[in-house]
Amino acid sequence: MSVIYVLLAISIVVAVIFFIAFIISVKNGQYDDSYTPSVRMLFEDELVVEKPSEEIEIEKNPTK
Amino acid sequence: MDTSNCYHCGDDCGKKVIQFDEKDFCCNGCKTVYEIFSTNDLSYYYDLQSAAGATPKAIEGKYDFLDTAAIVEKLTEFNDGNLQIVNLYIPHIHCSSCIWVLENLNKLNPFVSNSQVDFPKKTVRISYNSSSLSLKELVLLLARIGYEPYISLDDYDNKKKSVDRSLIYKLGVAGFAFGNVMFLSFPDYFDLSTSASSGGEFWLNEYQRLFRWLMFGFSLPVVFYAGRDYFTSAYKGIRSNILNIDVPIALGIVVLFLRSTIDITFDLGPGFFDSLTGLIFFLLLGKFFQQKTYSFLSFERDYKSYFPIAVTRITSEGKEETTQVHDIKRGDRLLIRNEELIPVDGILINGNARIDYSFVTGESEAVRKESGDKVFAGGKQLQSAIEIETLKSVSQSYLTQLWSNSVFQQDKSTHFQTLTDSIGKRFTITVLSIATIATAFWLYYDPSKAMNVFTAVLIIACPCAISLAAPFTLGNMLRIFGRKKFYLKDTQTIERLAQIDTAIFDKTGTITTSQKSVATYEGMPLSQEEESLLKNTIRASNHPLSRSLYDMLSEQNIVTLDDYEEHLGKGVEGSKDNNHIKVGSADFVGEQQSEENLNTTVHISSNATYKGKYVFHNEYRKGVSKLFDEMSETIKLAILSGDNEGEKSRLEKLLPKLTPLYFNQKPEHKLEFIKSLQEQDKKVLMVGDGLNDAGALAQSNVGVAISENVNVFSPACDGILDASKFQQLYQYIIASKKAMIIIKLSFVLSLLYNLVGLYFAVTGQLQPVIAAILMPLSSISVVAFTTVMTNFLGKKIK
Repeated sequence: MSVIYVLLAISIVVAVIFFIAFIISVKNGQYDDSYTPSVRMLFEDELVVEKPSEEIEIEKNPTK
Repeated sequence: MDTSNCYHCGDDCGKKVIQFDEKDFCCNGCKTVYEIFSTNDLSYYYDLQSAAGATPKAIEGKYDFLDTAAIVEKLTEFNDGNLQIVNLYIPHIHCSSCIWVLENLNKLNPFVSNSQVDFPKKTVRISYNSSSLSLKELVLLLARIGYEPYISLDDYDNKKKSVDRSLIYKLGVAGFAFGNVMFLSFPDYFDLSTSASSGGEFWLNEYQRLFRWLMFGFSLPVVFYAGRDYFTSAYKGIRSNILNIDVPIALGIVVLFLRSTIDITFDLGPGFFDSLTGLIFFLLLGKFFQQKTYSFLSFERDYKSYFPIAVTRITSEGKEETTQVHDIKRGDRLLIRNEELIPVDGILINGNARIDYSFVTGESEAVRKESGDKVFAGGKQLQSAIEIETLKSVSQSYLTQLWSNSVFQQDKSTHFQTLTDSIGKRFTITVLSIATIATAFWLYYDPSKAMNVFTAVLIIACPCAISLAAPFTLGNMLRIFGRKKFYLKDTQTIERLAQIDTAIFDKTGTITTSQKSVATYEGMPLSQEEESLLKNTIRASNHPLSRSLYDMLSEQNIVTLDDYEEHLGKGVEGSKDNNHIKVGSADFVGEQQSEENLNTTVHISSNATYKGKYVFHNEYRKGVSKLFDEMSETIKLAILSGDNEGEKSRLEKLLPKLTPLYFNQKPEHKLEFIKSLQEQDKKVLMVGDGLNDAGALAQSNVGVAISENVNVFSPACDGILDASKFQQLYQYIIASKKAMIIIKLSFVLSLLYNLVGLYFAVTGQLQPVIAAILMPLSSISVVAFTTVMTNFLGKKIK
């Protein structure tokens, strides 16, 4: 068996993985709002860290 | 006196500056929000963007309906009794500060577990622990910090809107396949004419079949999934006897696929899989580009977006209860508070009604109603609470009945033939005849080549570039218009706008500004003391006319009145020292009005002698006369107003001679008027603003809503024009016409490429590589041409 089969198989598998990643990201709604994340990443987040930990623990969001 | 601006909302503080924490605030509301933020470690809000806030409004009792479990159930996205997720529309979201503070809501209330802003849509999605924090408390919290959500009947009715992402998927599939097929075609590109028999490169010949079948595999999802829309569209077109542009495209795709499959099966050649996938990828790219949406605007609104979800019903025992609007039955008694909308037709039972019908009729002035009078749905109560007894249910009310008109069921786009589709017919016929003639010739001359030529013609003539011309030209125009604050629903609207030959304007709110801020004084001049007294008297009054008159009068020193009294629905009186002043209606000040005056007036008497009156006029937008003068050269104009004739003489002076003016037009009259014009084969542009124009906007070929603030609601329409750009309207129409010329020029350009391709096809020498070069080349040059031309056109629009 020629090495070309292996190479082709690898290249297609890699391409398909990226393709599936793309589909999943679209499905999760990452392309719905392309503006807000660009602003959000610029916020300073140190303020969140300094919060005392005696917060009432809230149940984790099950839909996420 | 130097003016300072509010630290929170940026408004002018006026004379009453509230100092707190060494900062200036315009009102207690803004100060309170600042206090909330600063005590909760949220003052970063002010660092991100200065003066980003809004003044919180009084909302007492407004959200009581959120106590009703059934309504909460309908509004929330997810609800398991403990955790609720709600998506709220907040019109005030406008800057990064807004995003930050709304996403840090958990600092204000620990029961908010997560909040996420969608900035383009101006919505925030909040998850919270509902056993500790009710939806009502959450909404009140938002309102308290100046981010009052807008909840309307619309939210109640259609809850789940699934997002259509199929185009992105299709584009992804086509792009993925196109890229891979291109790579797999490379061996063929570099080794064009060799084959195993003629002793070509061994390595390529050995694996040729593998490469080709791989390409075939990649093209399958492209043809059967990504390209599916073209087949359905072509099929629909043929069934209704229209040869639209998708017919030759679908034909091209089918032929490309079949010919390529046959070629590789019988080892006749490498097939055209690269052209096939490229074609569909480019076509979808055009579609994607055309699809520019302004997600914060909605072009589909009906009365439901204006109506409240619930109102207060008074039960037979005299108790107040919240009831859902759809549950209102005939004979119910409703309590309508100040600033609330009347949801159904009814009879006024109790209270002082001053109802603003500007939504319904376009009549700008509030109407006074007495007990026993009929009140209509859509009116907004402006004074204290009233009680009404309903006569009809919501859907049968006067205003809402307008929406049962069939116009609202129709989709304008289905009846409109685009420029591209209109040449589709001629194109298809031409291509088919060329193919037939060429095939006939080759059948006679060299039958072995006949089939080859036939398919080659259909492949090369596939109108890829032609069908890209319109999406890219119009898609780009749509963006240019959007930057100039003219927001259109879709690209087709530009095509329709280019054909307009009649333009109908609404008056109130469209060619006039929404504030009645111009008043002229008629009568005896007022002395200095009288003016001072007048200003100080109306200072305390909350009546809208008092407010606008107050703003217009020159600055006076604030004096404390000895006596002040407001007579609801009549006027105000005040006295200082020995002077006494009365401001209000003619009866109130003791003037018997002789002439019928249709304009709004405020009469003034001082020390029991009649002085004169302020006459309020509609203020026309800047550049109205100029716009109408320009437009009247090519377009027929008319004014269709729901208002009375009070402004007729002023309008006649302002507008070009013989412009038809129609007054007292009811919403359905406007609709009928447009319909009758269309029956005379006119292409009508309707420019309006309120719900009363909704029917006319839907009926017209292009309905444009004028909006002072594009974030607040405008009725269903094809386009929303920012009021500040009103005088540019004609330029936009001209630009649309020019855009159509650009499309026609690109048609010529792409036809030239087609001619070159046809030469190869007809003579039987079309190699896959020629198709693979020609098709992208023609598409790219058309896209480049349209982009350059439209940007050039956009620069010329001011």
